[in-house]
Amino acid sequence: MIGRHTAKVVTSIAEALAPVTDGMTILVGGFGLSGNPEALIRGVVDRGVRDLTVVSNNCGNMGKGLAQWLRAGIVRKVICSYIGNNEELHTRMASGEVTVEITPQGTLAERMRAAGAGIPAFYTPTGVGTVVEHGKETKEIDGRRYLLERALHGDVALVRAQVADRFGNLRFWRTGRNFNPVMATAAKLTLVECDRLVDNGGIDPDDVHLAGIYAHRIIHVPEHENAIEFRTVRKRP
Amino acid sequence: MTMQSPSSTASLPVWSTEDMARRAAREIPEGAIVNLGIGLPTQVGDYLPEGHAWLHSENGLLGTGPFPYEGDEDPSLINAGKQTVTVVAGGSTFDSASSFAMIRGGHVDLAILGAMQVSATGDLANWAVPKGKVMGIGGAMDLAFGCRRVIAMMQHVTKKHEHKLVRACDYPLTAARVVALVITDLGVFEPTGEGFRVVELAPGVTRERAAASTGAPLL
Repeated sequence: MIGRHTAKVVTSIAEALAPVTDGMTILVGGFGLSGNPEALIRGVVDRGVRDLTVVSNNCGNMGKGLAQWLRAGIVRKVICSYIGNNEELHTRMASGEVTVEITPQGTLAERMRAAGAGIPAFYTPTGVGTVVEHGKETKEIDGRRYLLERALHGDVALVRAQVADRFGNLRFWRTGRNFNPVMATAAKLTLVECDRLVDNGGIDPDDVHLAGIYAHRIIHVPEHENAIEFRTVRKRP
Repeated sequence: MTMQSPSSTASLPVWSTEDMARRAAREIPEGAIVNLGIGLPTQVGDYLPEGHAWLHSENGLLGTGPFPYEGDEDPSLINAGKQTVTVVAGGSTFDSASSFAMIRGGHVDLAILGAMQVSATGDLANWAVPKGKVMGIGGAMDLAFGCRRVIAMMQHVTKKHEHKLVRACDYPLTAARVVALVITDLGVFEPTGEGFRVVELAPGVTRERAAASTGAPLL
């Protein structure tokens, strides 16, 4: 008998992505282009799967990240919080090629947190009295009205970590953390792309940001583009 | 102080965006946890004394610092507007679910948000223009519902001179009855339900002019 938590480290993107098939719901970490699992994102295009439902805060930008999936025509639906200047998504939403479900960012995060924690739905004040309320149950609790939001599960999560050990304990770097940990908890299968791979014990137990119980396959990718959307700086004094 | 650009009001004084940001900074108590929205509100941080308040960025950062020095940019250290930033001593990073738990849980004292319309009852519309391109909601609704106090910052009228301080918003709502104060290029106004109470007018702005530029009674 072999459990789910043995020999997680794989050596090729294709091997990591082998379980990904047409029509799946895929959770993809990142906030804009920050903290993106870049190699796994590219690999999904190469794998040739289609009709995907993508859950991502922004679904790429500037033609990079998940914008590659949009250009490849492999996305049927996007669940995101913000489109902004992501022209690839604007175009396909306008043409009807891609269905877009816009969700408040905190609700998006909490729907996945709930999924990972075995909570089927939860009440939130966010969106009461707005278009977000349409079609949802509401309830008054202690004099305030709330919306019932449902847990959001993924078939697969693609996440980016700064450091992983071989069991899949993860550490993240700065705001590259964003949706990565919560998405890792919400999918049946979590694929981790790490900048650095260490042996078990290489991360002190108290320094682990996300426990290896949530990671199923790990691929070490040392080089990343790490695109910046808005480079803002000040002059040195 | 700058002059309004439309030709009909070319010579009339208004607050510049810098004046507005400086005024908004005065609303931030020492030791407060503050979320500054994308765009104009982000500039408010420039007018806070060092160490005065803790700036929260909903993408997972508490203790947002100024922009980095040239060459020090970190692609994985950004604010919610996806601009490269720094983190101050004592700052911390966390995931999106924790970040919005802070917001929804009432731990963020103040949000200063950009706005398209604010109603006399404090309704906020800042995420979509009717029939316009949908930019998305982002963190706006969670911030508007969750933060303990919400201040809206915007130009007093649109480029086409349409009212933005109105009786009732006709733009899609972000949240109802949340705005405590509106800071515009004409002054500072408080939604009271009946209309907008004048808290302060920018130097040279008359009450008559502010009233004519406001789509609800000025009190």
